[in-house]
Amino acid sequence: MNLDGIALWMTPFKARPIALAGICVLLAVVLAAVFAPWLAPYDPYAIHPAIRLLPPHAGHWFGTDQFGRDTLSRAIYSARMALLIGSGVVFFALITGIPIGVFSALFPRLGHVLMRAVDVLMAFPSLLLALGLIVILGPSVANAIIAIGAGYMTTTTRIIYGLTLRLRAETYVEASRSMGAGTNWLVIRHILPNLVSPLLVQASFVFAFAQLGAASLDFLGLGAPPEIPSWGNMLAESRTFITRAPWLLFFPGSMIVFTAFSLNLVGDALRDRLDPRLRDVFRGEA
Amino acid sequence: MLSVRDLTVSTGPDTAPTDIVSNVSFDVGKGEILGLVGESGCGKSLTSLAIMGLLPQPGPRIRAGHVMLAGTEVTRLQPWERVDAGQGRIAMIFQEPMTSLNPVRRIGDQIAEAVAVSEGISGAAAMARARELIELVRIPDAALQLSAYPHQLSGGMRQRVMIAIALACRPQILIADEPTTALDVTIQIQILGLLRDLCNRFEMSILFITHDMGVIAQLTDRVVVMYAGRIVETAAVDALFEHPGHHYTCALMDCMPARNLGARRLPTIPGQAPPPGSFAASCAFAPRCTAARHACRVSLPPRLRLSEEHETLCAFPLEVGSRK
Amino acid sequence: MFSYAVKRAGATAVTLLAASVIIFAFIHVIPGDPIYVLLGDTATPDQIEALRHQLGLDQPIVVQYVEWAGRALSGDLGRSIFFQAPVLSVIADGAETSTLLATMTMIWVALIGVPIGMVAAVRHGTWLDQGLSGAAMLMASVPTFWVGLYLILIFAARLGWLPSSGYPSIFDGGLGNLRYLILPSLTLAAPNAALILRLTRASMLDVSHEDYVRTARAKGIRPWQVVRRHILRNALLTVVSAFGFTFAALLSEAVVTETVFALPGIGRLVVQSILRRDYPVIQGVILVIVVLYLLINLFVDIGYRLLDPRVELQ
Repeated sequence: MNLDGIALWMTPFKARPIALAGICVLLAVVLAAVFAPWLAPYDPYAIHPAIRLLPPHAGHWFGTDQFGRDTLSRAIYSARMALLIGSGVVFFALITGIPIGVFSALFPRLGHVLMRAVDVLMAFPSLLLALGLIVILGPSVANAIIAIGAGYMTTTTRIIYGLTLRLRAETYVEASRSMGAGTNWLVIRHILPNLVSPLLVQASFVFAFAQLGAASLDFLGLGAPPEIPSWGNMLAESRTFITRAPWLLFFPGSMIVFTAFSLNLVGDALRDRLDPRLRDVFRGEA
Repeated sequence: MLSVRDLTVSTGPDTAPTDIVSNVSFDVGKGEILGLVGESGCGKSLTSLAIMGLLPQPGPRIRAGHVMLAGTEVTRLQPWERVDAGQGRIAMIFQEPMTSLNPVRRIGDQIAEAVAVSEGISGAAAMARARELIELVRIPDAALQLSAYPHQLSGGMRQRVMIAIALACRPQILIADEPTTALDVTIQIQILGLLRDLCNRFEMSILFITHDMGVIAQLTDRVVVMYAGRIVETAAVDALFEHPGHHYTCALMDCMPARNLGARRLPTIPGQAPPPGSFAASCAFAPRCTAARHACRVSLPPRLRLSEEHETLCAFPLEVGSRK
Repeated sequence: MFSYAVKRAGATAVTLLAASVIIFAFIHVIPGDPIYVLLGDTATPDQIEALRHQLGLDQPIVVQYVEWAGRALSGDLGRSIFFQAPVLSVIADGAETSTLLATMTMIWVALIGVPIGMVAAVRHGTWLDQGLSGAAMLMASVPTFWVGLYLILIFAARLGWLPSSGYPSIFDGGLGNLRYLILPSLTLAAPNAALILRLTRASMLDVSHEDYVRTARAKGIRPWQVVRRHILRNALLTVVSAFGFTFAALLSEAVVTETVFALPGIGRLVVQSILRRDYPVIQGVILVIVVLYLLINLFVDIGYRLLDPRVELQ
């Protein structure tokens, strides 16, 4: 990776300082997740009934919950779940979307069938689809990833399909093909490298909305098991106490908002960096 | 009628602007047709938009200079501001008749809208006037076409509608930005004839913008040649064709199909126009000029007067009578 | 135009058919004997026999599907384990709440999203525009239930202006009961208004760069007249169709909001049925929502074409 490339990628961020702030927030989340055991002042699971429902103060910056657990520590550890779910969903969407999307575009007859199948999946509103899958698979973190991922798999596939169609129509691809290049060669040499930038944009948005989807599932009790710290779980538990302990509502929710917002900002900035021809596959995105 | 003085249009930050059009000056007299000719990208459209007050915002803006319409200053005024202030009547028709009309509104409405602005009438009265205007631009079946939608009309008809809209305000001067470039040659002749007639009938001045020297020869009275955002030659049309002063003008004429009948390939001017801002203190045409000398590359060419009414921006213009 | 409508309807029907197969398979994919899935763990042997006979569970799966589809078309979506009542009537009970909620939400979305989007477009490039667009992106990044909980905290708990849960029907208590839906509909409206705002802004900006807008400006009409007569109609075409799609999506988004506000709607029904393992209801709701979703999308698509006069004359 040469420095020129990095400098090029930084231009949309320099133009929009708030996007830079977004990257900083994301870095903070990643650091919190990785270094949680060292950063968190208390054990997120430790119960201390004596100090239940204390507002933020010197010993507990984010206050404590109904079990006396330190909210700050739980919030920091929740970053792990956020990253896990986000990456899992993005990975799932890409690992299914890329093969289906690319090969559908390169082989029109197969593609026709596959895209119709994707259409059928898109007939299910995403939250409903996620709920249905959770019912079948049972609530767990892994299943939450699949359930949420299924919803984004459809849009990602569609986007990759559209992009590949456009790339296929590029003259140099045609030229390659006419010179007898095999499909695999085409894909690896020409198509995949050009998919990297738009897919980075898509990944940012998917990561962002995966946070919201995961939080919803957790809130309904259908995602991560309740004892595992996640921002959604923290909010679900805060529900009974919101009048007595509004800080339990404020902090986890703010974390979700910061993370999702930063991801959206980054995705937006990256999208401006895209080749305009590839940009309008994202017309429908936030 | 129209007087443009030292008009400069630029982009970029205020501290370091890039001039796309620099120090453009010309006049259009009453009832005169002035041709503004130059290749694509030389800044002619931008100049016309700047005169009209239609520069897109945000975007390039007028950094310096004046635009005077019938003696009153209208620089930087947007059309509605100009109408509000009652400063002169100027209208414009554009290059793309296919997209210049609102696709979801009827033709009659669109013309009547222009009528309403300038004459303050509306409803049936405006529509009646719209009908007069349609007949004026020689569209057959006027009554029928009033209720038609743009997509039901051909390109030539749509351009006539544009002319009708322009005529609604009884303009003292009409700016025509390459109105026939997107049309068939046969339609082109008709439109040009129509414009000439209107000019004669109403003593309406026309600023006709084009890249086609043939049209210049047919239609215009005087000509202004533009290159890389600068006016490089101003002359009466006959004088321009008989003894051009600027080497670019000369090269343009050599490329005309009419002068190359029987040739197997049309000549072109080698090279490309320089990007804006890259030739601040020199002659912009020097890199492509066959007669360029050292002085041309290091200093701004002077504006030399070759004769009454004939100027050129060149340090070493062609001598009268030295045409090849 | 007509042929287009027919083609699209046909495609929708095929999609619906394929989706129905998936929904049918739902019961069979859940771990466990489908009989117990449908009747619950406390079923008596008589009930089991009756259902086994009724559903023909020993028959080939294709036949089962056809019979299921036939029953569904005539309104028989099975029997709720929890309510011991036909699924369709259980769903119908929740329909009033969900429909009113969705409608009120769309009203907020239209009232907030469109005008602010227009302002942002007209003041394109200024601080106001950047601020509004940023705020819109922020709203789209907020979990709906968080907004809901905060609204409850502020307006119900602290200020006591509005109720925080439940919904007595307007048919019982009059239109005043609509106030129970104010907080929930605002909650649902927040992210959707943000999206409509951005769409309105983008659409208006796109249209304002069109050539015919330049022609309109050249006529000398005032800027707000240019917007009203030339930009709006063309820009709003896109936005209106987005409205339709948003309404369709609301059907499933309402799930969490109805749970937060304890509204007796279809969304909360889904969640409770999941927790209660009332599979027939889950299946029924999914089917109903998918059908509505597809139908709404179809009508919006065709309606969009109808509004464009360029298509009328083909």
